[in-house]
Amino acid sequence: MSTNIMIVGVGGQGTLLTSRILGGIAIEKGYDVKLSEVHGMAQRGGSVVTFVRYGECVREPIVEEGQADVLIAFERLEAARYHHFLKKGGVMIVNDVVIEPITVISGQTTYPTDVLDPLEGKYKIVKVDANKIAEEVGNRRVFNTVVLGVAARHMDVEKDVWLRVIERTVPPKTVEINQKAFLTGLGE
Amino acid sequence: MKKLLLGNEAIARGAYEAGVKVSAAYPGTPSTEISETIAKYPEVYAEWSPNEKVAAEVAIGASISGVRSMCCMKHVGLNVAADPLFTCAYTGVGGGLVAVVADDPGLYSSQNEQDTRMIARAAMIPVLEPSDSAEAKAFVKRAFELSEKYDTPIILRSTTRLSHSQGAVELEDRVEVPDKPYEKRIDKYVMMPGMAKKRHLYVEDRLNRMAADMATDPLNRIEYADKKIGFIASGIAYQYVKEAMPEASVLKLGVLNPLPKALIEEFAKNVETLYVFEELEPVVEEQVRAMGIKVIGKEIFTRQGEYSANLLRKAVLGVEDYEAPTAGLPARPPVLCPGCPHRSVFSVMKRLKLHVIGDIGCYTLGAVAPISVIETTICMGSSISTLHGVEKAKGKDYIKNWVCVIGDSTFLHTGVNSLINSAYNRSSGTVVILDNRTTGMTGHQEHAATGKNLKGEPAPAIDLETLCRAIGVTRVRTVSAFDRDALTAALKEETQADELSVIICRAPCALLKGNVFPNKVFVDAAKCAKCGACITCGCPALSKNADKTAKIDPEMCNGCGLCASFCKFGAMEKREVLKK
Repeated sequence: MSTNIMIVGVGGQGTLLTSRILGGIAIEKGYDVKLSEVHGMAQRGGSVVTFVRYGECVREPIVEEGQADVLIAFERLEAARYHHFLKKGGVMIVNDVVIEPITVISGQTTYPTDVLDPLEGKYKIVKVDANKIAEEVGNRRVFNTVVLGVAARHMDVEKDVWLRVIERTVPPKTVEINQKAFLTGLGE
Repeated sequence: MKKLLLGNEAIARGAYEAGVKVSAAYPGTPSTEISETIAKYPEVYAEWSPNEKVAAEVAIGASISGVRSMCCMKHVGLNVAADPLFTCAYTGVGGGLVAVVADDPGLYSSQNEQDTRMIARAAMIPVLEPSDSAEAKAFVKRAFELSEKYDTPIILRSTTRLSHSQGAVELEDRVEVPDKPYEKRIDKYVMMPGMAKKRHLYVEDRLNRMAADMATDPLNRIEYADKKIGFIASGIAYQYVKEAMPEASVLKLGVLNPLPKALIEEFAKNVETLYVFEELEPVVEEQVRAMGIKVIGKEIFTRQGEYSANLLRKAVLGVEDYEAPTAGLPARPPVLCPGCPHRSVFSVMKRLKLHVIGDIGCYTLGAVAPISVIETTICMGSSISTLHGVEKAKGKDYIKNWVCVIGDSTFLHTGVNSLINSAYNRSSGTVVILDNRTTGMTGHQEHAATGKNLKGEPAPAIDLETLCRAIGVTRVRTVSAFDRDALTAALKEETQADELSVIICRAPCALLKGNVFPNKVFVDAAKCAKCGACITCGCPALSKNADKTAKIDPEMCNGCGLCASFCKFGAMEKREVLKK
């Protein structure tokens, strides 16, 4: 059995860093782990997906439809785009903010603001306005670590381990603010 | 010590541990990180070459001199490097030579979905394909041994999923391999007809020997379980088989060319139903069929895109057990970044209603709505010669409202020879070099005009203007990509001129390290006429408030001011702000 986590968002939001923290956690806990990332053209503001899988023995590096235990979404529309990757009853952590894609900005289509409503009841959905919390913590850019903190409430990993892995994964100058953001997300 | 490594990092580590001394490459997703990783080892000489052909030749030279060498490229880079590599298959090697080629099933960042294994078969070059990071490291090391044992270059094939997935890898020490003494071997290294005929015989014999040997080599292995169903699989597809049907028997191939016939025959004899599960083309399947073996393959598995365990479950077991995706959601395609100089250039071209022939790079995104100005994109360096072709077909007057655009790195890759052709054959076209001082799309790699090399050391910087003049272009000028008036004048003038011209549009990539944006643009809602003109510049930092007035995300805005220049009502103002 493996634990499958999927992180989705908009290119540039830091899904890669978040997945690397989660990978570090899995290594720290002594698990076999695989991560899958998107580089190149998909990073230019497009929809991005990264996967983290850990357990006794991990085969494929991706999380597939119907298999994610936790879906971490940095943006509302992206949460909706990938919800079917969750297991029935899986946990969806949503940074409940709207980033309009270029197809909406340019008027080709509209942003469906109620897009998460039909999903209520199917999954355990936790919404958080991490951008706002991050601003209160002191830096809007650490919203992703706030979201990670919220996700950590649903994972069985000690706080010390999280803080240690964050310390060695994020850029040295941002360790303190990231740890603070994480703890705020965790609810401390 | 175990460490989480990207497939690409593991490949670099494997080459390092194998004692590689020379590595050359041109950046290309998904292969770029191999070179960026290997450049960090002081024992290895590593370079960005201007293109993959040059990189392959550098590696060949190093190999002939007796050291282990490597070149790395994406799948389409192999087309560029094909010329030297096809013949290197004949000459064989001195020190071990490995060409790492990363395919892109699913086209995450490429212009086609070609299968390297087919090219390798045509080139008669052996192919190894690992299935995760740990194997990637191990297979590179084996590849160097096999290269020397069989006197052949080896292709190590990766795919995007393998290159960009991380897995635990046991790090080992580097083993310094003594250089082989250089041998003057005209019969082996001078490929003129008489010698090449003999080497062709050698190549055929080599593949036959290797095919026989690989039937018992641990790179290929049979994992017998339930013998009702057997899969032949390799690379990442093998992992999908193990995930979806752990109870099935598997012949895991590590060597994809030549195929181990004896082993395949044995496996086929022992399983009731045999499948070949391979992404992209039916390379293994067709060869297995040619052995007279009954097999199921592309009639149920697609040739398109990436595979998955779910795809396998559905095709073989008829099982599909998950929620339906939400239909009709707005797509989120990649876009040019806020403050990108290309957007400014495209806005002028759009206003002038120019036909724009594109090339490979971030600026390909100029084809995406609402910019939609790029009309063709073929391959690296193609824009200049494509425009030349249009002119020769339709005449000078026909291209008075045409231009081609090419990035600085792409220009140096294979655009230079196209410009030579245009000058030599009296083109009158207008070539726009989008000079953003870096190789942008692949993540900011140095090139021959940036003043630094792959190792980060100072390097001579080619002056593009001088280079164009040396080629024979007399009408060469440089304008700032953000000076839209100057650019408008330049484009009007040069497209009407009856001579070949080059306009270098210069401004650093918005994401380039050290690039400081002192300004941001602010909206005066009282003056905003809600016309939406600013939105048409296609910047992702812009959107509309509920009352339809323009909104700018201050976090995203880099203050280029392009949107403000679209506003007729003076509702947008560029102001200097303190950078956080």
